[in-house]
Amino acid sequence: MNTEFIGVVVTYLITLLLAIPLGKLVGKIFRGEPNALDFMAPLERLIFRLGGVDPKQEMTWKQNLVALLTINAVWFVYAFVLLLTQAGLPLNPDGNPNMTPDQAFNTAISFMVNCDLQHYSGESGLTYLTQTVVINFLMFVSAATGMAALMLIVRSFLPEKTTLSGNFYVYFTKAIARILLPGSLIIAAILAFNGTPASFEGKDQFISMQGDTVNVSRGPAAGLIAIKHLGTNGGGYFGANSAHPLENPNYVTNMVELIGQVMLPIIMLFALGYLINRKRFAWTVFGVMTTGFLLLVTPTLMTEFHGNPAIAHLGVVQPTGAMEGKEVRFGVLSSAYWSIATTVISTGSVNSMHDSSMALSGSMQLLGMMTNAFYGGCGVGFLNYYYYLIIAVFISGLMVGRTPELFGRKVEAREIKIASLVALLSTLLVKGGTAIASWIIVNYPNAEWSVKPTAWLNNPGSHGFSEMLYEFTSANANNGSGFEGLGDGNFFWNFSTGIVMLLGRFIPIIGPVAIAGLLADKKYVPESAGTLATDTPTFGLMTFAVIIIITALSFFPALALGPLAEYFSLK
Amino acid sequence: MKTHISPAIRLTLVMLVLVAVIYPLVVLGIAKLAPGGGSGEKVVVNGKVVGYALIGQKFTEDRYFNSRPSAVEYNAAGSAGSNKGPSNPDYLKVVQARIDTFMVHNPGVQKVDIPAELVTASGSGLDPDLSPAAANIQVARIAKVRGIAAERLNQLVAEHTKGPLLGLFGPSTVNVLKLNVALDALK
Repeated sequence: MNTEFIGVVVTYLITLLLAIPLGKLVGKIFRGEPNALDFMAPLERLIFRLGGVDPKQEMTWKQNLVALLTINAVWFVYAFVLLLTQAGLPLNPDGNPNMTPDQAFNTAISFMVNCDLQHYSGESGLTYLTQTVVINFLMFVSAATGMAALMLIVRSFLPEKTTLSGNFYVYFTKAIARILLPGSLIIAAILAFNGTPASFEGKDQFISMQGDTVNVSRGPAAGLIAIKHLGTNGGGYFGANSAHPLENPNYVTNMVELIGQVMLPIIMLFALGYLINRKRFAWTVFGVMTTGFLLLVTPTLMTEFHGNPAIAHLGVVQPTGAMEGKEVRFGVLSSAYWSIATTVISTGSVNSMHDSSMALSGSMQLLGMMTNAFYGGCGVGFLNYYYYLIIAVFISGLMVGRTPELFGRKVEAREIKIASLVALLSTLLVKGGTAIASWIIVNYPNAEWSVKPTAWLNNPGSHGFSEMLYEFTSANANNGSGFEGLGDGNFFWNFSTGIVMLLGRFIPIIGPVAIAGLLADKKYVPESAGTLATDTPTFGLMTFAVIIIITALSFFPALALGPLAEYFSLK
Repeated sequence: MKTHISPAIRLTLVMLVLVAVIYPLVVLGIAKLAPGGGSGEKVVVNGKVVGYALIGQKFTEDRYFNSRPSAVEYNAAGSAGSNKGPSNPDYLKVVQARIDTFMVHNPGVQKVDIPAELVTASGSGLDPDLSPAAANIQVARIAKVRGIAAERLNQLVAEHTKGPLLGLFGPSTVNVLKLNVALDALK
């Protein structure tokens, strides 16, 4: 058990040791300074030329947002059509069928928005073609979209007054050519050498030692799994995601996948600190995020290590912890750590089944997604933090009796309204969605969907409620993990979570980019002794308090009905 | 909007070639050099494929080291966990039944000594491993069925135990398929 604990601690430390220095490199890449990845410049120029992009042209924040939304719309149509017609297209050796329209709608949105909620199993729901040119493709471009979106707010931190916010296409292209592509190649190579398949050969069949005939799903998995983590996407190649022994063969790959997914959100934070030339601010934000992360990880490690009290009552001691839904090669501590890492950032890949986690762990996983700003998704993590920051600046300003300011710009009614609406939207989507689902189960238990509402829940009582709450929380946070017992492969869940994912992705991008655009266009007032300092521990604590209060007020009642009720009943 | 449609489509096509055609092919090229050639490493006994090294398979007979319970009966074309919550009464009945079955097949074992993973289903339903404790607790049963000395079997388990990574990180594991292949080879 000691080695399991050391494994977790070292995994986290390696993440930081890689991410903090790489933040500067990524900052240089986005500012266009000479850097170690300049050998990619010819490829970039080729992409710009073929793509019809003038890299020197700057756009306003509105034009950039239109560019972002337009290209996303193109991806949605493309993905939707391919998923509907995949059965007849090439590279389908296993003969898998087309997706139904509602399933294709959900899946196309899910991967376009970097959520990766999956209401299908990769082995039977997709073909090798769609795994590669839809799923794997969207994983790259959605991650790059998030990183580019973060770059669109940089100007609001800089002194000069401007209406421009850079060029979305340039940020997007750089993110892929210089960061996601090289990084994914390294991770994919490590996975392949540890046993993850990468070839296009179809299912294999063998007779097991006990004489059973076994079919083995395979396919081009290694590359997809690499970008799945680096891009904080999270959708599994196989149904069991990174619990599957081909998707995550051993402890080495487990560490690599963990480091890969936590790395980029931290890198982007320090890249931002470099770009706005405020390292102390980046460290303050990092401190807040890390505090939140550790506060969620610690109880989870403890409760999973302690084991399931209900099984202890049956007379089994569980020295290895709560093993339901977990794999022997990772052990409970690494699985517990992963379950929080994947929910505070927006990956949503799993190496254990969250539905079988202890009740306290379930609460922590939900809280990670509800705040969605303790590191957060790559790029978008800080965008979420940004609206908490605006609210914190506003409240602190009121408390000390000054006009609220952020980096030399007055924060006024319009910005606060946008930030508050974004903050309130998530509670509406999550609790509204869960309420509608509960209402349907009670009132229309036998509605004629492919999975009847009576059969939606895999567990009774408060845990069943948690399954629905988790699904909407995950969709809204663009996380993609699930309490997978939920019978979600039907019209209601496909449609409702599809809409929630769309709003949960684009509103928290549009809101912060709009705020930043409005701020950048205001007069810069140099900071003086009377300015509220935003890079001190005191202000960090203030922001932390704002995050906790907003999250608690928004979600505590729902948590009380779900995992907390289960926790107190499980003795 | 209109001015953005052309770059959106063109950029999409360029990126498709780069990340959905070139990238997977490069990864495939790298994987060709790896064990198993990018198609999964097979375990071969007497010229016959008996399984994949990484994919757990069903071992329920008394003469083999049994693998963990699986929610999908080790269906390697449909991986999944049970997704049962910790307080689910039906689930706890299943665990109780597994404990009882284990006690019947392994007389002499104390209930408190049963490792949790032998009565709980894995996340993938394809867990290839056991902890050394979960293998050792089955030694007495196998020794009796096969008429092999228990010490020899304990030694076999020890030989097939993979310690923590670099001796420092993570749990110790025993690959059940490889252990059982070696068990059959014992004479």
